[in-house]
Amino acid sequence: MTLADLNLVWPELMLAGGALLLLMVGAFRGKGGPAFDGLAMLVLLAAGVAAVLGGEGRGFAGGLIADNLSSFAKVAIYAASALAIPLGGGWLRARGDDKFEFPVLILLAALGMGMMASAGDLISLYVGIELHSLALYVLAAFRRDDARSSEAGLKYFVLGALSSGLLLYGASLIYGFAGSTHFDVIAASIQGQAHTGLLFGLVFLICGLAFKVSAAPFHMWTPDVYEGAPTPVVGFFAGAPKMAAMVLLARVLSEGFGTTVAQWHSIIVIVALASVFVGAFAGLAQKNLKRLWAYSSIANIGYALLGLAAGGEVGMQAMLMFMVLYMVDVTGFFACLGALQRGGKPMETVDDMAGLFKEQPGIALAMTAFALSALGLPPFSGFFAKVFVFKAALGAGLVWPAVLALVGSVVAAAYYLRLIKVMWFDPSTGPVETPPLTAKTIAIGAALFSFPVGLIALHWLEPLALAASAAFG
Amino acid sequence: MIPLQTIAFYLMSTVTIAAGLAVVFARNPVHSVLFLITAFFSAAGLFVLMGAEFLAMLLVVVYVGAVAVLFLFVVMMLDVDFSRLREGFSRYLPIGGVVAGILTIEMIMVATMVATQGAAKASAGPDASGGADVTNAEAIGRVLYTDYVYFFQAAGMVLLVAMIGAIVLTLRHKPGVKRQNIAAQNARTPATGMTIVDIKPGEGISE
Repeated sequence: MTLADLNLVWPELMLAGGALLLLMVGAFRGKGGPAFDGLAMLVLLAAGVAAVLGGEGRGFAGGLIADNLSSFAKVAIYAASALAIPLGGGWLRARGDDKFEFPVLILLAALGMGMMASAGDLISLYVGIELHSLALYVLAAFRRDDARSSEAGLKYFVLGALSSGLLLYGASLIYGFAGSTHFDVIAASIQGQAHTGLLFGLVFLICGLAFKVSAAPFHMWTPDVYEGAPTPVVGFFAGAPKMAAMVLLARVLSEGFGTTVAQWHSIIVIVALASVFVGAFAGLAQKNLKRLWAYSSIANIGYALLGLAAGGEVGMQAMLMFMVLYMVDVTGFFACLGALQRGGKPMETVDDMAGLFKEQPGIALAMTAFALSALGLPPFSGFFAKVFVFKAALGAGLVWPAVLALVGSVVAAAYYLRLIKVMWFDPSTGPVETPPLTAKTIAIGAALFSFPVGLIALHWLEPLALAASAAFG
Repeated sequence: MIPLQTIAFYLMSTVTIAAGLAVVFARNPVHSVLFLITAFFSAAGLFVLMGAEFLAMLLVVVYVGAVAVLFLFVVMMLDVDFSRLREGFSRYLPIGGVVAGILTIEMIMVATMVATQGAAKASAGPDASGGADVTNAEAIGRVLYTDYVYFFQAAGMVLLVAMIGAIVLTLRHKPGVKRQNIAAQNARTPATGMTIVDIKPGEGISE
């Protein structure tokens, strides 16, 4: 280690130091509060700035890579984490369950996700995954007196531990057959035909990562965990961790196994299509909105994986654009969902949304925007996200997968449209409580990004994503 | 004459494999944990044969001393109904058998590939040997805070999250718990520690 290495880890150092400091402050004060949440958000903001301004290169014997891709992913991840803090803090405070550990755990999860985004070694890959996963398990079970929240945390933990086991088994096989844990050394050790043992390890590694992004057929935990976990925490789950895991998957596959594309390409295409169809068809039967959005997130990960399968600079750019635009949608949607209450009870099913437009037109309009954007209707941002993915897939010759994914997207339209119909045209069943200001601001902001701010933002987001994916040309 | 090391290797690997199988097949989970400890011990012996004494000692201290004993406690505290556990066995046997069969065939294939072609050629990672006169504890110490400092510190953060999680999910502040306050005890004076009660005849003391 040299001092030059330290120059690359400023975001990580800030997050770790900030988390420790806030933990001490919280432990001595005994409680959090809006000011405490604000400090945690400042730490994330500072880490995001450091990720942009910090040096580039490889540090710590190749364990950490700071490049355009990692800064792009880190800014998106830290921004989503920063938004989760006031949303979750306000939501928990309203239910008397707030603890000062909540923002600290979000900071530590963001630290783990940042490590994943800049991992250059199987060890930092695994440690990053474990760091963010452990924090997420605790966040899922954060309302420990609520039986469903505890169930969600336990399910997530047990299945997450299983997937970590698969991933670690794969990593140990790769280490055994390649002789190193560094991605570039692994790539260099593959000459001509890759060793069967190495591919065996790669399949296990992909299985473990597919679990983390909840891609079919490793999606079974998603609906149950999303249904039970606190609503703002679900909004966090569906965005930032998936971005981190997708970037990690992209990096492992292209840097570590870039020379054996033929071996993993078909796996990614099949996983992508399976996710699109599971998400589309299973979502049709859902009544609970959190479960519905869990299937929607499975389907959306399918499109992102399709972008990854397209490969190259264009495919990577499509994947990054898709994930960022999807993160905005999902954050906004769960901000709305967490803010809505009717007669003291949270509105969580599709039928609960009846007549929302008459009661809370602002929130109903925002939710309509998110549903239409997730459906991929122009001129909402989700349409452009899908255009990028399909363009990349067609450019890479994946015509049939693209057509099938389009069919899945049409099927999924049914549940988004049903939600909109219930909100706009069904008779109201009673007055809806006024949503908290923070949640409403974030929801409206995200809806405005979805249309029309996103269209303007695309002009600078596109070259940034292209610069980030330049390494994968 | 077979070298002593070869005899020790075969003896300990046989014990490891047999104990590993016994962990899975033992009916009583307490026996499973005891077999697990046996497996750890013989694996530690294998480490010694490879010249990794430090890892061997760690395996005994951490896994046998802490993890396995923790398992034992958990298993003994769990109220598991063993007859119900075995109920689904025949139902899941076909699909379980197919999966196990596929895995076994794949592993045999990988193992034969290794036997014929060999695994990694040479390790390209950081050189941890550091010369012949360095003990392996020293070799680990040399890279732990240099080449691997990033991973080492990150692993520390993982443990911190585990600790925060355990506290968040289980700690409850009960009101009305009496705790010792030494400063208050030392500062006690007759005036604060004593009250003079004037008891009228025939009435006694009330609260």
